[in-house]
Amino acid sequence: MQTEYDAVIVGAGGAGLYAALEASDAGRVAVISKLYPVRSHTGTAQGGIGAALGNLEEDKPEWHAFDTIKGGDYLVDQDAAAILADEAVQAVYDLENMGLPFSRTPDGRIDQRRFGGHTRNFGEAPVRRACYAADRTGHMILQTLYQQCIKNDVEFLAEFHAVDLIMDGPACRGLVVLELRTGELHTIRSKAVMLATGGFGRMFKTTSNAYANTGDGLALALRRGVPLEDMEFYQFHPTGIAGLGILITEAVRGEGGILRNRQGERFMEEYAPKLLDLAPRDLISKAILSELKRGNGMRGDRQIDDYVLLDATKLGKEVVEEKIPDIADFCRTYLGIDPAVQPIPVQPTAHYGMGGIPTDLHGRVHRGGGEGSYLGLYAAGECACVSVHGANRLGTNSLVDLVVFGRRAGRHIADFIANADLGRVASGSDSYARDKVARLKSGKGAHGGKIRETLQKTMMEQVGVIREGSEMRAAIATIEGIRDDYREARVQDPDASFNTDLLELLELENLLDLAYVTAHAALRREESRGGHTRSDFPERDDGRWLRHSLVRLADGKPEFSDKSVDTSLFAPKPRVY
Amino acid sequence: MKITFAIQRFDPEKDSSPHFEDFELDLAPEARVLDGLVHIKTYLDGTLAFRKSCAHGICGSDAMLIDGQERLACKTLLRDLGAAEGSSIRIEPLKCLPLQRDLMVDQEPFFSAYRSVKPYLINAEPAGPKERKQSQAEREEIDDATKCILCASCYSACPVLRDKNPAFIGPAAVLNAARFVFDSRDRGTGERLPALDRPDGVWACESKFRCTQVCPRGIKVTKSINLTKRRIESLNKQ
Repeated sequence: MQTEYDAVIVGAGGAGLYAALEASDAGRVAVISKLYPVRSHTGTAQGGIGAALGNLEEDKPEWHAFDTIKGGDYLVDQDAAAILADEAVQAVYDLENMGLPFSRTPDGRIDQRRFGGHTRNFGEAPVRRACYAADRTGHMILQTLYQQCIKNDVEFLAEFHAVDLIMDGPACRGLVVLELRTGELHTIRSKAVMLATGGFGRMFKTTSNAYANTGDGLALALRRGVPLEDMEFYQFHPTGIAGLGILITEAVRGEGGILRNRQGERFMEEYAPKLLDLAPRDLISKAILSELKRGNGMRGDRQIDDYVLLDATKLGKEVVEEKIPDIADFCRTYLGIDPAVQPIPVQPTAHYGMGGIPTDLHGRVHRGGGEGSYLGLYAAGECACVSVHGANRLGTNSLVDLVVFGRRAGRHIADFIANADLGRVASGSDSYARDKVARLKSGKGAHGGKIRETLQKTMMEQVGVIREGSEMRAAIATIEGIRDDYREARVQDPDASFNTDLLELLELENLLDLAYVTAHAALRREESRGGHTRSDFPERDDGRWLRHSLVRLADGKPEFSDKSVDTSLFAPKPRVY
Repeated sequence: MKITFAIQRFDPEKDSSPHFEDFELDLAPEARVLDGLVHIKTYLDGTLAFRKSCAHGICGSDAMLIDGQERLACKTLLRDLGAAEGSSIRIEPLKCLPLQRDLMVDQEPFFSAYRSVKPYLINAEPAGPKERKQSQAEREEIDDATKCILCASCYSACPVLRDKNPAFIGPAAVLNAARFVFDSRDRGTGERLPALDRPDGVWACESKFRCTQVCPRGIKVTKSINLTKRRIESLNKQ
């Protein structure tokens, strides 16, 4: 295979594909993905992509930016949020022009609906901002972008797993990848590498995330000395199917669905009197946990795995089948119920990492500590932190993020590779990856399954929706123990070709490292803000903590520093809905 | 309940031909077939090879033959199969695509056929500063086809591909051509005709409806193929 490119993009979700489209005209660009194209997790996004088109009622990008900042509990970099909201509008038109089949208004324009935390006039009332294609918006974005990649002859290397970055001081020179079909490790030289590997929800037991969401890009970067930003902020979506974690889109509530406890009460009246069931996700997840704790869950046993009901029965069959058909299908398949007739049992499910690889507004990865950015290393999408989501992401903004900042990164890469030279890659640059694979194949210890199970349970119970110091210290001790176990873990499968067992063990290492820094970052931040809630520090503390955290691994131990937050547009205020 | 998975195994580095292997499992009737496969891989046999990702029927990774029919392992619950205490469930890889290992097949012929129909919007007319208008009725015409997740179930089930003509581009490729042929915004039908209007294109289809029967997204694939045939006929008359 070819081992020299101008740019390699790791990950074939929305951010990676958009970047590839922008960069591929400028040179030899390849998209590598451990999955086949169109299998990426962008495809599972359901409800919509937020953009102030104003097709149904007045709306402004400025309002979208404000909602994003307030939704993120003021930890959002406001310059980035302004770009997100401004460029979202043209991005949606561009996607439509590429063929994306948006649902339409009666006069043939892109239809829009309500979503949590998106309001008119700085918080007055919910606004119709989410552009959607039934409840398959992510599927349509992923397919449309892949179709454009076919049209533009973008090169794909399917089922290649990134194992290591090749760094030369502040410059990225390429990467080492494992080819699933042959089991071979390849060293690829490249002027630019972009990480677009998505999320890491698989560190938690109950998650909406795909098996593939193991944070590969973040972990590779972390192990090569790149800092990660705001890892303590992880979003639990309030409405996963109880016990399964499968996502039930916020659009169900946007269309009129209501959350109820065992008394049948619309409990959000107490927690968010103005926005009710369309309050941001962090507030609703916390509200559900409070209800469960009071014994108001459906079982009433006060356990964190109890559940509440999402009642969409008043929508009627027609609206359910037209606006949320896939949700209806999930309910029939997995619960044996029709959501137009029976309420859906739901509980919070691990959904989205607000933190990630720190980047500037062009996707260039920050080195931290005021040292500027790496040369030739980019990131966008969920694996990155630019930071437009701050402490809590609003619904629809993940799709906006990957389209807007995926495209920005792609454009910058196109300019960069036009003027950059292919760097020298020292022989033996793949030795770290080779040693790692050899070690896993000769391990004498336990199989990885037990380690993964312990990790997911620990993170869910002790670093979940509501956190407390002593629990997190216990979680860190547990993770240290299973990281030690991992050093002895072994691959059961002796084959070279299609060794998915090896792949899963490499993924497990990524989850372990990310969980370790996540737990440390959560323990360090002694306040409650957005998706990070401490029962022992229940208030937001702007004096001490209105700042991003950066964490590195130094000799395997976390080392923290801070980064300032851009608050140039809106002064932080108490967050009331 | 106690249940047996009879799984087709094939290791290209050791086996000359596939064979079946039984795994005894204890699973709830609500468990997905994928849950059983993951359990085997995690605790019983790490060498079992299969693809998976989203685990709720959207990414299209885990189409396979379950009790003889193409299904997504993540969308098939044991109770859907009528499984009871002591039942055995037969699990095989998709047909019509080269076997790689265990339940993994080479998807490239399927994707290559998909790419051949130019599955992207073709329209050189300037779109203007905003969206192209499309009525709700026009949008509805392509709705069914846009649900396709390219899982290749229809490709595996197609009797033409299985028994007669392995060069047929297959149901999904035609469906995804139709998704654009019937899109009011598209102008590219002429460019797609070389791939569609030929013996290995739409005309290979014999309307046996297997594609429609197995589609895990409930798409009326055969109907879409037939509408495409009619559209090509009417274009050819003009």
